[in-house]
Amino acid sequence: MTDPILHTRDLSIGYQSKKHTTVVASGIDLSLGSAKLVSLVGANGVGKSTLLRTLTGIQKPISGQVLLENKIVTDYSPSQLSKKLSLVLTEKLPPSNLTVFELVALGRQPYTNWVGKLTPEDISKVNEALHLTDTFHLSAKKHFQISDGQLQNVLVARALAQDTPLIVLDEPTTHLDFQHKVALFRLLKKLSSETEKCILFSTHDIEMAIELSDEIIAMNDGKAIQDTPSKLIESGGFDRLFADDNIVFDKQKGRFVFRGI
Amino acid sequence: MSNKKNSSLFILLALVAGLLFVWDLAYGPVSIPLKDVFSSISGAEASKSTWEYIIQNYRLPKATTAVLAGIGLSVSGLLMQTLFRNPLAGPDVLGLSSGSSLSVAFVVMGAGLIPGVLSTWMLSSYGIILASCVGSFVVLLAVLAVSQRMRDTMGILIVGLMFGSFASAIVSILTYFSTAEQLQKYTFWAMGNLGNLSWLSVLILTVCVVFGLLVSVFCIKPLDALLLGENYAKSLGLNYRRTQFTIIAATSILTGSITAFAGPIAFIGLTVPHMVKLLFRTSDHKTLFSATMLLGAVVLLVCDILCQFPGSDVTLPINAITSLIGAPVVIWLLLRKRNTFDR
Repeated sequence: MTDPILHTRDLSIGYQSKKHTTVVASGIDLSLGSAKLVSLVGANGVGKSTLLRTLTGIQKPISGQVLLENKIVTDYSPSQLSKKLSLVLTEKLPPSNLTVFELVALGRQPYTNWVGKLTPEDISKVNEALHLTDTFHLSAKKHFQISDGQLQNVLVARALAQDTPLIVLDEPTTHLDFQHKVALFRLLKKLSSETEKCILFSTHDIEMAIELSDEIIAMNDGKAIQDTPSKLIESGGFDRLFADDNIVFDKQKGRFVFRGI
Repeated sequence: MSNKKNSSLFILLALVAGLLFVWDLAYGPVSIPLKDVFSSISGAEASKSTWEYIIQNYRLPKATTAVLAGIGLSVSGLLMQTLFRNPLAGPDVLGLSSGSSLSVAFVVMGAGLIPGVLSTWMLSSYGIILASCVGSFVVLLAVLAVSQRMRDTMGILIVGLMFGSFASAIVSILTYFSTAEQLQKYTFWAMGNLGNLSWLSVLILTVCVVFGLLVSVFCIKPLDALLLGENYAKSLGLNYRRTQFTIIAATSILTGSITAFAGPIAFIGLTVPHMVKLLFRTSDHKTLFSATMLLGAVVLLVCDILCQFPGSDVTLPINAITSLIGAPVVIWLLLRKRNTFDR
């Protein structure tokens, strides 16, 4: 088996201030390989964002290590890291006149010269990313003229153009309707197998994640367990996902059911 | 397609800037025929030696200062608006000019308190320039400190405005205790004046502005990244703190030196980048940067020409003209923005 793109060793995550150390989750051993679509699920406030922030080097771990291509993630310089890891965030873009093409082309910044000039190679990478995400026809549109679903695809295209082995998306399906959620999941699945990249994303659409992900990281109760969806179902990994006893995972139906209302 | 449109716009702007420059030289209390304007610039003899003197020692330095100040202030405004992700940011709104004013007021009206040689030096143009630069830099650092604590950009602007009031209050106190001569010196500085600069001062200003622009050129790529917001920019390999510092340093060099030589000139830094964005409809800072420079020069030359009250030898202060034009433009921008939200 080839080396994983990112793995963790006995990782503890949380927040540190001068007086207090709040551990959100500990004993985390993850391994993210190439061409894998991995989803991160868990209830609100369980520490998904903290885990993503720690994995992407924005936040320091409490203890343990995050290794990106066998090097500690916080040891990378910002420009080195930008060639290994790209992000799709939930935050709104500030107002600007950027066209879709220009927005995706910003993903090439780690490779362009001091003034940001695009070489023919950069342009072909941008066009490739636009084609892969089915957004090429939007190239000339301003980014505020397209729908939320299209914009999410464009942001994925931007991350693709950054040409990194690992793409991390923070709740990419949140503002989308059912149809566009499915479309985005399919797109991520297609991208991970076609481009050999590892794609990690957090989501609340657990049932869809079970159906389409290669692996799932389930977070609850201060732990994070990684496995394939079917094994997680078998081992009952989803039953304890929510603190409410009335919400249980139905193994036959493959979805959550609730009782006692 | 749009590149062609942009390059014709650039050529047009450059032509307009050139024409206005010549017009600015020819127009004034004494109108000078174009033929003599050109012969004075080229070093040949003009029909009247007084004309030659006026052009070479008064109007040419004034027009050059207008171009430099227009370029520098507009570029500062562009940098501030992208850094603070706020369309109403600008070197004057953020209190930079107030910082300069306060610092200059201290020097002009407080120099009497410092003994002998030092006070003479402080009152020389270099002392005033230094004071103005230090003043705007200190305010920028304060704004930066606030922006680190406060995520809300509107808050930063309010802090800038508050600092403006605070500075003007201290200036009033200083004025109250100063002599008529000191007061006059300060008031004239505060009204803004593109003229009355010796060639040496113009040279120093040129060096400062060129240096500030060079620093800004290195911000073009980071500014493009900042269009996606701070976090995306960081994920693209941007060193945010260093970028923030560079942008702020460039702005204070530009605004500080211009304010020192020409006094506080309001609204140019705020409005010109907006006019450019309306004209070019792009966010690409390579285009915006050069367009802002050209349009900045054009707008300040127009203002300088308007300062010459037609048909009389009255010259209005430049700061009044820029505010007269700038304030309605800002209101119009706000209304326009409201409309796009309604749509």
